[in-house]
Amino acid sequence: MKAHVSTTINQEPVEFLCDPAETLLKVLRDNLGMTGTKEGCGSGDCGACSVMLDGELVCACLVLGVEAEGARIETVEGVASADHLHVIQEKFLEHAALQCGICTPGLIVATKALLAENPNPTEADARYYLAGNLCRCTGYDKIIKAVMDAAETMRQGEAHE
Amino acid sequence: MSEARAFKHIGQRTIRPDGFDKVTGKANYGADMSMPGMIWGAILRSPHAHANILSLDTTRAEASPDVLAVATFQDFPSVNDAAAAAGTLKSSLMETAENILAKNKVLYHGQAVAAVAARTEAAATAALALIDVEYEPLTPVLTIDAAIADDAPLLHPTMMTQGLLEPATEPSNIAARMELKKGDIEAGFAEAEVIVERSYNTPTVHQGYIEPHATVVRFDDNGPSTIWCPTQGHFDVRARVAQLLNLELGQLKVVASEIGGGFGGKTTVYLEPVALILSKKSGRPVKMTMTREDVFRASGPASASQSTIKIGAKMDGTITAMQATLHYEAGAFSGSPMGPGCMTVFTPYDVENLYVEGFDVVVNKPKVAAYRAPGAPQSEFAAEMAVNELAAKIGMDPIDLRLKNAAKEGTQTIYGPKLKVVGLEACLEAAKNSDHYRSSLGEHVGRGLAAGFWFNIGGQSSVIINLNPDGTGTILEGSPDIGGSRASMQMMAAEVLGIAPGKLNPIVADTEHVAYNQTTGGSRTTFATGMAVIEAAESVVDQLKSRAAAMWNVTAEQVEYSDGVAANLAGEDRLSLAEICANAEKTGGQISGTANINARGAGPSFAVHICDVKVDPDTGKTDVVRYTAIQDAGKAIHPSYVEGQFQGGAVQGIGWALNEEYVYSAEGVMENAGFLDYRIPLASDLPPIETIIVEVPNSFHPFGVRGVGETGIVPPLAAVGTAVAEAIGMPVTSLPCSPPKVLELLLSKS
Repeated sequence: MKAHVSTTINQEPVEFLCDPAETLLKVLRDNLGMTGTKEGCGSGDCGACSVMLDGELVCACLVLGVEAEGARIETVEGVASADHLHVIQEKFLEHAALQCGICTPGLIVATKALLAENPNPTEADARYYLAGNLCRCTGYDKIIKAVMDAAETMRQGEAHE
Repeated sequence: MSEARAFKHIGQRTIRPDGFDKVTGKANYGADMSMPGMIWGAILRSPHAHANILSLDTTRAEASPDVLAVATFQDFPSVNDAAAAAGTLKSSLMETAENILAKNKVLYHGQAVAAVAARTEAAATAALALIDVEYEPLTPVLTIDAAIADDAPLLHPTMMTQGLLEPATEPSNIAARMELKKGDIEAGFAEAEVIVERSYNTPTVHQGYIEPHATVVRFDDNGPSTIWCPTQGHFDVRARVAQLLNLELGQLKVVASEIGGGFGGKTTVYLEPVALILSKKSGRPVKMTMTREDVFRASGPASASQSTIKIGAKMDGTITAMQATLHYEAGAFSGSPMGPGCMTVFTPYDVENLYVEGFDVVVNKPKVAAYRAPGAPQSEFAAEMAVNELAAKIGMDPIDLRLKNAAKEGTQTIYGPKLKVVGLEACLEAAKNSDHYRSSLGEHVGRGLAAGFWFNIGGQSSVIINLNPDGTGTILEGSPDIGGSRASMQMMAAEVLGIAPGKLNPIVADTEHVAYNQTTGGSRTTFATGMAVIEAAESVVDQLKSRAAAMWNVTAEQVEYSDGVAANLAGEDRLSLAEICANAEKTGGQISGTANINARGAGPSFAVHICDVKVDPDTGKTDVVRYTAIQDAGKAIHPSYVEGQFQGGAVQGIGWALNEEYVYSAEGVMENAGFLDYRIPLASDLPPIETIIVEVPNSFHPFGVRGVGETGIVPPLAAVGTAVAEAIGMPVTSLPCSPPKVLELLLSKS
């Protein structure tokens, strides 16, 4: 028997039915058509399915769909505004921090989580925080440069406000 | 290309056209597709590494109300027909079929045996238990040594070694032998004052693309069936599936989705033909995906290798002879990259006397697939380690030793052509002058340097450029974009047309909307498809000139076109590209340029890498503390993505050298089939990867481009290996330099 789940995804109320054994990743991708969150391993090792669950960075493949009940979920689809990209997304593009792009949604979500926790990370902080997000194309160099640049730009933005 | 050319867009760091979709989650990869009425397929995989299939009974599955279709090897029409029975069918096709669904034997753990389709993914997976298979387990053959032993169990009881001097009389696990030679190897060694000889081995590794294989297929009786999949070559998917299922090419349409990494591993088919069989039988679109575990166990990793290198030299560093014996594991079916391994092993050196012998060996592991410069990292690892040992032995700087013997214009390669202008010496000089090479080393830190070579290829590419009435346009190409090549195509077209790159939208079209394109591989795309883009854009420029001429009532010869503006040489008239496009209807209709080429003259790319590692003497854990990748790009179209190729290749090579390996049980079961235990490099494992782009133009490309995608994975194995050897003061002969192995070396020393 399927479970009925009421949740919030990217600030919008969402209801869905799911098998109690289905992961949040499966629900997002196959039941709700939100395929921005990617599956790379299904075992919590690659971070391609990184989402925020009640303010915590999690792998959606390690969360059950039913755990979304009453929770607040944020996915890559909610990072940009209607009319402009988030600074992190802009910096990823500017620094060519992606090649194939399959790890990018997870890295964008994880970077946003990093900078919310620590607006002024060292490069080592960034490398360790993002160690759960595998990228096979870039060697991480340009990703870290993008993250550090985004952090600085966001700090300056706040200083000006 | 005779003179340095001033570019407007080439060499800039533009924002890639497909970037917006990729940072927002809108880009659609293999598993992101769904179709109305779609059902799910699942694959039953072999629990044995080596076994005869005594019986395969799908009756219970077929009777299940949950199951909408079942597929086995018997569903391949082309391998069951008369040609196959008569043995005239190409064996490679038969082997491809058996690798997709086993025939009467399983040859590796995880090999596909049968498939089912059901309404949900869970139902499909559950229904696999309804397929009854009876196996007769056989002894697995898991290493080259075990495979070539006299009493080795045979994977293919009738396989005779190809390429022997005398035809083989007995079957064996050696599928093929090859020999390459130049000069007189014995004379070369006789001349030598110093000899270095050592054997090396490298493990089975995986490309490790983050996106697992996936496909959605809809069979259609009345029109072309559709295959959606992430692939490096959708035209080759079409050809392979058509061959396997006895279809005409026109009966298939293959759409290349966005691709989440390939590195050579997405150049063949696994799921696509099975999904088509299931779709035909069920009358429904079928989706199939691999799990990460499936990807490790049953897609194509890269060959494990064993190499013996012998080098003879004079004390002044002149190398007089180089000899290699190379064994490559092919996995379950013949066809390792032993050939390119043999061809590349000594190509960085201009040496008179060379001898290379290679062997393609089958073992009970998944059939290997291409992996970035296939075959070269293994053989060049061995050669570069030996060259570094020679440098140490004669007390010569490893760069000076290489400069003394470096391949250059006119060097006769062992595999055929003489080299044209190449950038190896320039890379070595850049390394020598680099801040990194001049820096000093700390305690427990070792430094290694290695060179690398990869051929690069050209081949067939087709491009259509269509201009809209407002002067924007599309570039239809057929090269799946695995690392940002659409940005390069956009820039090259913009350069020729003299307009902003953003005015042009590059599209990787499906097999019905652009003519044939060879697979994205061999570092060919920016070179060959780029050449087609340039040619199509030049054709557009010709049309723009004649359209402007028509508007001015002059001849096309009287019109000059530059920077996006046509000028009437007979007067003051000027028309922009957009203005000419706005009038296209009146001057002859749509402006559109096409190019269908078979590109020749791919320029080889050489690289030199420098690596510093720090080894923890208590644990053997090795950290790369500084790394520099130097490579000849010919001309960097988009420098950021060129650097990205250098960095990505370097880090894959670092992973290969330090951690990555398939760990097998005695039964032939891979014990680390996940990213937790098969450890690819993490952000926290690495320092910044410094890059130096060397530009020695390739005269066969209008802008000087050499492919840059693959060479970068070649030098790291020996650069890291040598650095570890120097840090611990012991020879390194076996990869990966994982903590237990390095610790063992350290303990054996004390």
